[in-house]
Amino acid sequence: MAEPLFTPEEQKKFDAGIAEIISHYPPDRKSAGMLPALRLLQEIKGWLPQDGLRLVAKHLEVTPERAYEVASFYVMYHLKKPGKYVIDVCTNLSCSLWGAEKMLAYLEEKLGLKAGEANEKFTLRETECLASCGTAPCLQINEDHHESLTRAKLDAILAKLS
Amino acid sequence: MASTAKAIDPIISAAWGKPQSWTLDSYKKRGGYKGLEKALEMAPAAIIDEVKKSNLRGRGGAGFPTGLKWSFVPKDSPKPKYLAVNGDESEPGTFKDRYILEDDPHMMLEGIAIASYALGVHTCYVYLRGEFKFPAERCQAAIDEAYKAGIFGKKLLGKDYELNCYLVRGAGAYICGEETALLESLEGKKGWPRLKPPFPAVVGLFGAPTVVNNVETLASVPHVFTGGADWYAKLGTDKSGGTRLVCLSGTVNRPGVYEVSMHTTLAELIYDDKYGRGMPAGRKVKAVIPGGSSAPVLGADELDVAMEFEALKVKQTMAGSGGVIVMDDSTCMVRSLWRVARFYAEESCGQCTPCREGTPWQTRLLRKIEEGRGEPGDVEMLSNVAASIAPYPPIGLGNTICALGDAAALPTHSFLMRFKDEFEAHIREKRCPFGDKPWGSFGDWS
Repeated sequence: MAEPLFTPEEQKKFDAGIAEIISHYPPDRKSAGMLPALRLLQEIKGWLPQDGLRLVAKHLEVTPERAYEVASFYVMYHLKKPGKYVIDVCTNLSCSLWGAEKMLAYLEEKLGLKAGEANEKFTLRETECLASCGTAPCLQINEDHHESLTRAKLDAILAKLS
Repeated sequence: MASTAKAIDPIISAAWGKPQSWTLDSYKKRGGYKGLEKALEMAPAAIIDEVKKSNLRGRGGAGFPTGLKWSFVPKDSPKPKYLAVNGDESEPGTFKDRYILEDDPHMMLEGIAIASYALGVHTCYVYLRGEFKFPAERCQAAIDEAYKAGIFGKKLLGKDYELNCYLVRGAGAYICGEETALLESLEGKKGWPRLKPPFPAVVGLFGAPTVVNNVETLASVPHVFTGGADWYAKLGTDKSGGTRLVCLSGTVNRPGVYEVSMHTTLAELIYDDKYGRGMPAGRKVKAVIPGGSSAPVLGADELDVAMEFEALKVKQTMAGSGGVIVMDDSTCMVRSLWRVARFYAEESCGQCTPCREGTPWQTRLLRKIEEGRGEPGDVEMLSNVAASIAPYPPIGLGNTICALGDAAALPTHSFLMRFKDEFEAHIREKRCPFGDKPWGSFGDWS
């Protein structure tokens, strides 16, 4: 038999989370909970495995295709297992005016990865505007926001990632 | 420049940066929820009239009169009605709603309560962009406080009126800031905009009447009731009431979010000591995007214009979401436009052909020109591609279901109108005239 998707603790967290999500919508609109449900799954597993997508679809009473359609539309969902730390670097106009392209190049060299590549520890991506243009340049690491970045500040942040 | 811009008492940003400003306790000490108390003494129709009288206009981008939007909701619908808060703040150059959500979320929640009561809404969804982890945590904590304090839940400040408020996070899609795409996303689908009409006020979330309002718009609502509609209207211009938040970024000395009078000009925002404090030594303004990256760019000689919906419309650009991006004289306009074009190509949802095909085409042409591979005719081609997505001027002629097409074409049209020489120089010289330093050299990374 295939390995179960969840440990007992994870299963508990998923069941409680799904029940809470569904309670926010009209009884005949369970499928509206798709985005929060996928987020819940990703919080638990770190990404969206196929059997997880099927499980979400079952709970929300839609086809697995519908879950995949949503999961593949939004960039924050991981359909492949990412590195332990997902680094999203904004290179939009305001950040680039403050050196974001150079910051990205610095990261590429330091991590030995090109934007768009991943290893076990890091996934490095260029991302679109993070609504932090007044404190450029900025990036997010596993959704934690870091702004007004200098080389020294960035080095200190990276040093803490084990 | 010294301080010449008309000083105002901030109303939206007054508490930002103060200790615990995001808590209910802090908000109540500052008179928070007094506007809701006043509104609850009024008939719902009178609340909507008051908002109409205040000349409050939507702060998300389109600047539509808020009271008028509310009045479109049918009163006799047998369906439940919904309020959806648009906190998908993603237009490049815009970062004001983040501050409201982080530093004073109760101000928005009070606006939600007033709007819901006026509209007969019992369920509100606050949709925040997925990347807003910390703003979402602050906002959720405020919602929890409001439930405990009897603002949300079975009773609304003691009145028999059930109001539930749920926070939903998106998952990384600019298009979901478009109101009908936001509704699709709230329904658990991919964010494909809907054809309008019908408008959301009639057929919105789950097919029911729905008002979609921006975070700052709702945070402005309580002030209409604490200060009165006349007072609020007088803060602004004839057609736009209140103050507004503008987001200043790019090559200025002091970027940031500033609350300004609607009479404040772009030049004042950039140079005034209260705001941007001018350009770094030796630099001059070359271009300014006045309302988020989709707003047509202005040249250095066009900055004596009030940052207000009507005044910017006269200039064939827009106040939009308040995102002001300044580019100095060391900035390459081709590279800047290429960067902006890439954004819209990345974020096009793929539903309409002109946008799906046109946005990457613009990007390819711009890259080619910037990298010194441009040929005679490329500038004309670029102009034609943009016109196929959305001709200009005026704004709003797009060939697509939603305004993302316009948003992608307007930068191209306006950059070419004002800086065509630079595009042609790239092609003539077969290189970027700014060499390997096409961006202003600022900050630690210069």
